[in-house]
Amino acid sequence: MLKQTGRLALAAAVGLGLAAGAGAAKAQTPKSGGVLNFVVGSNIPSFDGHQETTFGMIHPIRPFYSLIIRVNPQNPSDPTDFECDLCVGDVPEPTEGGTKYTFKLKQGVKFHDGTPFTSADAKATMDKIVFPPEGVPSARKAFFRAVESITTPDDHTIVFKLKFPTASFIPALATPFNFIYSKKDLDEHGYEWHKANVNGTGPFKFVQYQPGAFVEGVKYDGYHFEGRPYLDGFKAIAAPKMAVRLQAIRGDRAAIEFRGFPPKARDDLVKALGDKITVQESDWNCVLLATPNQKSKPFDDKRVRQALTLSIDRWGGSKYLSQIAIVKTVGGVIFPNHPLAATKEELLKLKGYYEDTEASRAEAKKLLADAGHSDLKINFSNRGVDQPYKVVGTWLVDQWRKVGIDTQQRVQPSGPFYDTLRKKKDFDVSADFNCQSVINPIADMTKFLGSAGNNYADFEDPELEAIYAKIEKEGDKDTLRKLVRDYETRALSDEASGIITLWWYKINPYRSYVKGWKIAPSHYLAQHLDQVWLDK
Amino acid sequence: MTTVSESAIEAQVEDLTDKTPFLQKAKTMARKQPVGVAGLAVVILMIFAAIFAPWLTPYHPEYNDFANMLTPPGADYILGTDQFGRDIFTRILYGARTALFVGFAAATIGAVFGLVLGVASAYFGGMFDLIFQRIMDVFMAFPLIILALAVVATLGTGTQNVIIAITIPFIPQCARVVRSNALAIREIPYVDAARALGFGHARIILRHMAPNVMAPFLILFTAFVGQAILLEASLSYLGMGVQEPTPAWGLMLQGGAEEYAESAPWVAIWPGVAISLAVFGFNLFGDAVRDTLDPRLRSR
Repeated sequence: MLKQTGRLALAAAVGLGLAAGAGAAKAQTPKSGGVLNFVVGSNIPSFDGHQETTFGMIHPIRPFYSLIIRVNPQNPSDPTDFECDLCVGDVPEPTEGGTKYTFKLKQGVKFHDGTPFTSADAKATMDKIVFPPEGVPSARKAFFRAVESITTPDDHTIVFKLKFPTASFIPALATPFNFIYSKKDLDEHGYEWHKANVNGTGPFKFVQYQPGAFVEGVKYDGYHFEGRPYLDGFKAIAAPKMAVRLQAIRGDRAAIEFRGFPPKARDDLVKALGDKITVQESDWNCVLLATPNQKSKPFDDKRVRQALTLSIDRWGGSKYLSQIAIVKTVGGVIFPNHPLAATKEELLKLKGYYEDTEASRAEAKKLLADAGHSDLKINFSNRGVDQPYKVVGTWLVDQWRKVGIDTQQRVQPSGPFYDTLRKKKDFDVSADFNCQSVINPIADMTKFLGSAGNNYADFEDPELEAIYAKIEKEGDKDTLRKLVRDYETRALSDEASGIITLWWYKINPYRSYVKGWKIAPSHYLAQHLDQVWLDK
Repeated sequence: MTTVSESAIEAQVEDLTDKTPFLQKAKTMARKQPVGVAGLAVVILMIFAAIFAPWLTPYHPEYNDFANMLTPPGADYILGTDQFGRDIFTRILYGARTALFVGFAAATIGAVFGLVLGVASAYFGGMFDLIFQRIMDVFMAFPLIILALAVVATLGTGTQNVIIAITIPFIPQCARVVRSNALAIREIPYVDAARALGFGHARIILRHMAPNVMAPFLILFTAFVGQAILLEASLSYLGMGVQEPTPAWGLMLQGGAEEYAESAPWVAIWPGVAISLAVFGFNLFGDAVRDTLDPRLRSR
């Protein structure tokens, strides 16, 4: 029944998608006006884009800010299509053998408080992200390991000097979390101020935040893209429960949810609303992990970690979980559709990716017995977000049980969950994720390094770091591919310091009157909303 | 001067209490309260299901069986399966364990603490009673579910913390009702007699006063079990109670009702029916106990 409904809905969705595509081909003229109500399935840990990693922050807060460059919102699926946001003209080509990027910045741009934007603001912001002072968190600092210096020859030019040429710099710079802050705010209020305050140059001005309820923004008339935004404003409504988000769209109290719904939700909406709903689908640059805490015994023993990954039937999980959750693709450390990603033959060589699940689990049991932990008990920390955390978490508990592991799942709301993951560290294994925005595999794979700011496994692996150092500087594609395989094998199989479950699959059913928004392989991308309009 | 032994006085005091045999009371209740008996039958059925769950079903409540996910009710799965392919009937049977464990544990602890504190408050009176009752007022100012949510938010989720969260609001409720009954008992001469004989406070409270407020205590206790089951289900539904994959009715509703209400309604219906039946059963039984034990209602 499920499969039948799924096929029907998929056919309808594809039809609707094609219809939408055909409509788009007619190049409708955007209409101005209206307020976009959208739902967000998580609360906001803080407003600081440089520190946060969650859609709970990016969806409501990104429209208040600009970046130096951004992914082209008209073509967000292309990992190489970038456009200037606060810079002028096209995205510059590097000079000096690929080690110098010079950006000319727009003049006449003002922050929402009236402060003029200059290169000093861009430098102060990028310094905070790339070279944060001790104790100042920067979630994507590792993306900019190649950056040697940031200088501003004049008020409207910023220059990034790299230690070595790397293709990962431009995608890293286009990361939508790199909100440009005012230097004045940083100097006067310090690095904590942006956690609870907003002052950007984005298309919308901050109006109010009601914790647990909504964030409201209103059109910024001084926005630096002429004629935009089209919307008069937006309201980002917090709705952690999926049922509430679905009903909000169904009842037209909200028009869209930008993160994604599972297949059943798509089917129900399409069935109920027909052509009032448009569906866009995409592979998703997001992977759900299980992170063993290597400071918690016996997870410092790689045999125990290998047993954890060996007990997971990823191929079976993909087949069935994709029917009830927003996960689908079996993959390694690289976004599955990317040329650097492992092929199925390459994946099958990794522990936990064998097609013979029984053999895999027998090996897991033997490893546990050898390690003296046949009766292993796990305190598994999970995030209180339905999709896909709780669904995949329940599946993982069952997978581990099949090799005799007794798992106690502890589900917490996002705030306490992150607190456990980042600070308290009182977990054996935690649900974790590597959800990146721009597809930038060389940067995205830093997640698996013990030294990465967003790796919470608490370990040191100099060999893995050494492989990554070679990857960063390697120019030859074949050699690069081989190095990536070495990195993947060490991280996922030999050391099993990171455990990948499944890559996500993005499904966005939304009210058909929402125009201008195109699905990207990330729920973080193209969320500035200056391209969105309402055809009501 | 005649001396009377302590035990002889105690025996005389106890003679004053109601000596109607328990069996007699049960028969009276059954005759006068057929609806209550129906409630009791539901309660017994639930206890039976909880104890004998492993023998009543061939399935495991937590094992995933994706080949049979969202199977409608039928011969193999009489109530159907959920999104993980788990048999709903099995999870309801095992869920009765969670419900009863949380229900009885929270009700017992809450009611016993409330009994002792309520009787002590009435017995000591004065400033102790005044301060204690104001503290109870503070707790009772919060709606039950809000207070329970606050406690779980502070302590974290899990069965043990859910029991604590539900117990805390029960204590002032019980203490308040018991105190009002104990105030009347405090004035009865046998309490004065016990005091005159030099019995300790604890002995007077626990041995002479507490047994005489058993009627309101039992009424509250049965009501508390039903309330605790409902609260546990509510907390689990809100994601603040017991966690997956533990079979619990509220959790089953949370996982199923939201996504599959239209395409697989059985996922939500049966746990909902189980919660309703259990609470209904305990409430009917509680009402019958009240009608039987409350002297003001006996003659009706």
